[in-house]
Amino acid sequence: MTDKERILEVRDLVKHFPLTQGIVVKRQIGAIKAVDGVSFDLHKGETLGIVGESGCGKSTLAKVLMALERPTSGSVRISGRDIAKAKGAELKHMRRNIQMVMQDPYTSLNPRMTVGDIVGEPYEIHTEVAPRGDRRRRVQELLEVVGLNPDHINRYPHQFSGGQRQRIGIARGLALQPEIIVCDEPVSALDVSIQAQVINLLERLQDEFNLAYIFIAHDLSVVRHISDRVGVMYLGKFVELGKDVEIYDRPAHPYTQALLSAVPVPDPEGREQRERIILQGDPPSPANPPSGCRFRTRCWKAQEICAQEEPLLQIRTGTGHESACHFAETHDVVHVG
Amino acid sequence: MKKTSADVLPVEGGFGNEPLLAVDNLHVEFHTRQGTVRAVNGVSYTVSAGETLAVLGESGSGKSVTAQAIMGILDVPPAVIPKGEIRFKGTDLLKLTEEARTQVRGQRVAMIFQDALSALNPVFTVGWQISEMFRVHRGMSKADAMKKAVELMDRVRIPAARQRVNDYPHQFSGGMRQRIMIAMSIALDPEVLIADEPTTALDVTVQAQIMELLAELQRESQMGLILITHDLGVVADVADKIAVMYAGRIVENAPVHDIYKGPAHPYTKGLLDSIPRVDLKGQDLYAIKGLPPNLLDLPTGCAFHPRCPYRQDNCVTDHPPLHEISGTRGSACHYWREVLDD
Repeated sequence: MTDKERILEVRDLVKHFPLTQGIVVKRQIGAIKAVDGVSFDLHKGETLGIVGESGCGKSTLAKVLMALERPTSGSVRISGRDIAKAKGAELKHMRRNIQMVMQDPYTSLNPRMTVGDIVGEPYEIHTEVAPRGDRRRRVQELLEVVGLNPDHINRYPHQFSGGQRQRIGIARGLALQPEIIVCDEPVSALDVSIQAQVINLLERLQDEFNLAYIFIAHDLSVVRHISDRVGVMYLGKFVELGKDVEIYDRPAHPYTQALLSAVPVPDPEGREQRERIILQGDPPSPANPPSGCRFRTRCWKAQEICAQEEPLLQIRTGTGHESACHFAETHDVVHVG
Repeated sequence: MKKTSADVLPVEGGFGNEPLLAVDNLHVEFHTRQGTVRAVNGVSYTVSAGETLAVLGESGSGKSVTAQAIMGILDVPPAVIPKGEIRFKGTDLLKLTEEARTQVRGQRVAMIFQDALSALNPVFTVGWQISEMFRVHRGMSKADAMKKAVELMDRVRIPAARQRVNDYPHQFSGGMRQRIMIAMSIALDPEVLIADEPTTALDVTVQAQIMELLAELQRESQMGLILITHDLGVVADVADKIAVMYAGRIVENAPVHDIYKGPAHPYTKGLLDSIPRVDLKGQDLYAIKGLPPNLLDLPTGCAFHPRCPYRQDNCVTDHPPLHEISGTRGSACHYWREVLDD
C-alpha cells in the first residue's frame, strides 16, 4: 500500500463530550471520552474496516472525520489539509471530497423529497459542481450507476425497498465525486439476501471510481470481505491495526481474539469442540475508563503492569502488525467468514 | 382464597406420541384497507422437550407472526386465523377460552422479545416486573415475590442482584436488560420458550453470553426452545433442527447438519452462498437477485420463483408442496433433487 497516494491522515484524534452539572451555572464534572487518541492513514482506493462493540466510539470517529463534530484535539488531514481546523469556504470545499453513507436507509432520507431532490441536493449546496440545467441528467446517471431505474427520479423514498433506499443513499454520497466515503454500518439494517447486493455494489463502485472507504460495521465477516486493512476499537482507542489476514488469522490483542471467537460460525460441524473466549461483563464506561490498559478489567492476561502503564499501539516482538497489549501474542482463533 | 395455578391449568400430561408443541397447517391473515395480507400460509413445525428448533427467515417471512399466534398475542382483528391448529401437549390452544389461554401463556409457553428496552415497562423497577409473574400467576405476597425475583436475577447472572432489584430498566445495559427479559420468561418454569431474535440488538461478545445462558437454562430444565432468527451463524451454533421460512411458508426443514452440508431449496442455498467466505475474498458475493415479495400480492405458484435460478415453467403455475426427502427432512421445491445435487 505504500506506493499508493496517502489521502487521509488522522493523528492523535481526541473527542471528549463534556459532562456538566447545574442548570444556571454549568460546571464540567467530567467527560465522555468517546474517541481518545486515534491515529491511522488511508490510501487511495483502499478500504479500512473499523470494528468494535457499541459505545467504542466508531460512529463518533466517523462524525469527526466528516467534520460534523469538532475534535477536542488532534488532526484529520485530507490530501494534506486539516479539515478539523478548516472553516467557511475552505471547509465547504473540503467536504466535497469526503462523503458519508448512513446506517438506516429508513430515517436518513427525507420522506417529503423525491429521489431526484435527495440525490441532487449536494448540487444545490455545491453549485459549482454541476450547472443547473445539467443536474437532472447527472442524477439520472447516478441512479443508473447504483442500479436503480433512472425513470424513478420523481418517486418518493417510501416507494422503494430497504436495499433500494440504501442505493439512493449511496448515489447521494457519490454525487460530488468524492475520493473518500465513510460508510457507517451500511448494510446492518438490511435483510440478509439484500446485504450481498449492496456490498457487491460498494465494491464495484470502488473499482470504478477508485474510492477509499472507511467501512464501519459490527459484522466481522462482512468487514473481512471488503477491507484491505482493519482497525479494532475498544473504548475510544485502536487496540489493533493491521492487514485483514493479520487481524483475522493472527490476532495479537486479547480483545480481538475474544471478539473473533464470539462470532458464530455458520457451520455446525465440530461446534462442541470450538474454542470460545466468553468475556465477562460489559465494557466499562467511557466517562471513567480504567487506568493503564483499558481492556484489563475484562482481560485474562492482565497483570500489575497493565494497571500502571498504558500499552501503546505499536509493532511488538513476534507479531507483524500494530497492537496495544503488553502481552501481545498471535493466536489463531476460530476462523471468521 | 388462593388458588394454585395447577388446579386450573387446562393442559395436563398424557399426550402420547405428540411432540411437546406442534404447529399444524397454521394460516394467519391480516385484513387491512389495502387488502388481505397473508402473513402465514400453512406453517407446520414441532418442538420436543430439550430440543432447539431454529426458525430462519427475513423480515416479512411470517416467523414472528407464527410465534405470536402460538403465544396468543396477535391483535384480533386485524389478524384472523382462518385455519390450523397449535397443539400444546395434544391440546389445541386455538380452541381454548381466553381464560384458559391466559393460564398457558407465560406459565407453560413463554416468550423473549427482541428489543428488551421497549418490552420492559420504563416506569416500574425490574424487581417489580419480574415479581409480577409470581404475584399474578402464583398469588404470592409482595415480599415473597420480590425474594423470588432476586433469586431469578442471580440465576441469569446479573451481578449484585440484591442491590439492583430496585433499579429501573434504563439503568441496565442492553445485555443485562435481555437477561431481565429471560428472567421474566423463565420465572414460572415454562416447558416451551420462544426467543424472537433475542440477540439481534446486541454486540457479538454479549450475544455469546446470552446464547450460553439460554443453552444452560435449557439443559437444566429441558425446555423446548424455538429460536427465531435471521443469523445463519447463531443457528449453526445452537439449533438441533431448522425451519426456513419464505413468504409465510416453510420452504425447507431439516436437522441442522443436513442443511449446512447440502441445502435442498434454492432460497436456503442462496442464503448460505451469500455468506462472505475467506477463499472468495476479492470476488463478488453471491447475491439472491430481486426483492422479497409483497404479501398483499404473492406471486403465483412458488412464491420464490421470480428470484429463483432453478425456475421452470411449472414453478410459475404450480405451488410446490413440502416434498419429503427423508423422515426428518422436507423441501418445498419441485426441483429439490437438482438443488441437493449442486
